[in-house]
Amino acid sequence: MATEALGLWGVPLAIIAGTLRGSVPFLFVSLGECLTEKSGKINLGLEGTLLMGAMSAYAVSYLTGSPWLGVITAGIAGMFLGLIHGWLSQQPRVNDVAVGIAMIIFGSGLAFFLGKPFIQPSAPQLPTLSLAGWTQIPQLESALSISPLFILGVAIAPLMQWFFRSSRWGLLVRAVGDSPDAAKAMGISIFKVRMASIVAGSFLAGIGGASLSLFYPGSWSERISSGQGLMAVALVIFARWNPVQCLYASLLFGGAQAIGPAMQSVGIDAYYYLFNASPYILTLLIMVITCSPKRTLTGAPGSLGQAQE
Amino acid sequence: MSDRWRSLLEKICIPIGALVAALVLFGLFCALAGANPFGVYYSIYRAAFGSWSSFQNTLIQASPLMLSALCTALPARLGLVIIGNEGALVLGGLAAVAGGLTLGGWGLPTPGVQLGMALAGMLAGGIWIAIVGALRHYRAVNETISSLLMNYIAIALLNHMVNGPMKDPSSLNKPSTYPIPEMHMLGNLPGSRVHYGLVLGLVACGLAYFLIQRTTFGFAARTAGGNIRAARVAGLPVGKLTLAICFLGGACAGLAGMVEVAAVHGRANESLNANYGYGGVLVAFIARHNPIAASLVALLLGGILASGGILQRSHGLPDATVMVFQGLVFLSVLYSDSLYGRLPIFKARPARPASPPMATATPV
Repeated sequence: MATEALGLWGVPLAIIAGTLRGSVPFLFVSLGECLTEKSGKINLGLEGTLLMGAMSAYAVSYLTGSPWLGVITAGIAGMFLGLIHGWLSQQPRVNDVAVGIAMIIFGSGLAFFLGKPFIQPSAPQLPTLSLAGWTQIPQLESALSISPLFILGVAIAPLMQWFFRSSRWGLLVRAVGDSPDAAKAMGISIFKVRMASIVAGSFLAGIGGASLSLFYPGSWSERISSGQGLMAVALVIFARWNPVQCLYASLLFGGAQAIGPAMQSVGIDAYYYLFNASPYILTLLIMVITCSPKRTLTGAPGSLGQAQE
Repeated sequence: MSDRWRSLLEKICIPIGALVAALVLFGLFCALAGANPFGVYYSIYRAAFGSWSSFQNTLIQASPLMLSALCTALPARLGLVIIGNEGALVLGGLAAVAGGLTLGGWGLPTPGVQLGMALAGMLAGGIWIAIVGALRHYRAVNETISSLLMNYIAIALLNHMVNGPMKDPSSLNKPSTYPIPEMHMLGNLPGSRVHYGLVLGLVACGLAYFLIQRTTFGFAARTAGGNIRAARVAGLPVGKLTLAICFLGGACAGLAGMVEVAAVHGRANESLNANYGYGGVLVAFIARHNPIAASLVALLLGGILASGGILQRSHGLPDATVMVFQGLVFLSVLYSDSLYGRLPIFKARPARPASPPMATATPV
């Protein structure tokens, strides 16, 4: 057992390691959801996108031997699902939440269907970067090896913040999300801006899926996602639609996810399954605390969740 | 053709058209996957409705779907999109086992134990979804997301109970609770393999329809679902309505869990988590949240689910094929919602003008 030498210090170490690994899918999916929601649409279907991304990344990495090609394919597969969501959820009288539920079923069904042959074989994984050149303790070394995708995600968060605040296109997205009527009056195509935001958001979510199958846990199976795509929706509310806060929230959720396995590694496994539910309980608690019936949340896009005329 | 008939025809033709479109898309998908689409259609038909024996399988699959669909359909009348069916079903099954074992231990006769199991399942499922309703009403927490999260929490609770406090030590490969004694299980309808859960499902759908369409309670719920502000002004107790409707919906899904436990599995384990919850969401949406239509759609979807095995055996398609099909049906039904009032055939003709139309007076 890896933690024996470190004693109980193994628990916080395992949680930190788990946070660095487990937060990557949260980060990408929540950034994707943030971009989507800023344009005024909700995409609950990112759970399906995540699975589709995980499957296609693993399959392409296995078939071509190049994990980076897998990452790109995962993004493209995500965009394909995003196109369907973007088109369907903008038809008159069609509810975007309902389309999201349908896309969860369709996306995960498609991923399981196409991914059946890839459950057995093992695909080349993404390389990891080690931050632990200074230590000789092997546990610490393995804990501090992080994914290049994590660094990419950490870089995208402030970039996206800059995009919303200071770029012309970011302004377009915010205008469409906050007051579609005003945007329409300015001659902006609401359909195109929302479609672009949903497709780009799904690209990011697909990459989040790639990090599941090519980094951690680093395999493809039908149980690889544990609802990260759904939790991302709550996470974006918690982060107040701010990309940099999405980064902090992802770290928090990644950490919550690591509690169960960390406790099990030191032999506390009586409540293993309940500890595994901690990200969901945390999400629910956060929503109960942050939501209020009396006011709308600061930072919420004005047209979010409103029916399209 | 009067306008009333035209609107009725529209309500029947558009969903059927959506199903046909989904079948065509699914056929294309199967063709791309290298299977003969017509062979697949025929296999689904045969496995679902081809013979009395296969139709019984369909009915067995349909009963939990009918009950679990009500968990989405009833709150939908209040304008809530609740998809916590899976969680309510799982907890209902767990509570039913706990109730059945306790009451059986006290030596109650079989009808008492079965009633106790049903009540325990309904109470557990009902409270679970009522929590979602309460969070929505008092804290404005989005009910779709909270009910989804509650699904994961319920499944974690199930895993905890069957691996820990309620585990039968003799269940090694598949951790399960202690079994309900054979004599307390729900029996089959005379002359068939179909259990009494089907009757429960049909009765629940009928009652739900009556409740929504024919009672003041249902009228109040529909009013609040139409315009919540107007309902408040009219003095309707929106909070109580929300809690009551969510409780009833959850109770139906909990009853589905009880049926699965008391008629099929005999014990609670991982098999409870068999996607009847998400299937129920799909049924409710296709039926446009009408309980009577939901019982028919559940039959259809039950048939599709029952054909999963044969697609694997005779066409070499993986078991997820059924899921792709469900997804396509769902997407095409959602798209069809946007077609109401847009198709020229179903549009009411404008009243005929008294004077002859201009066209007849066209100068030559």
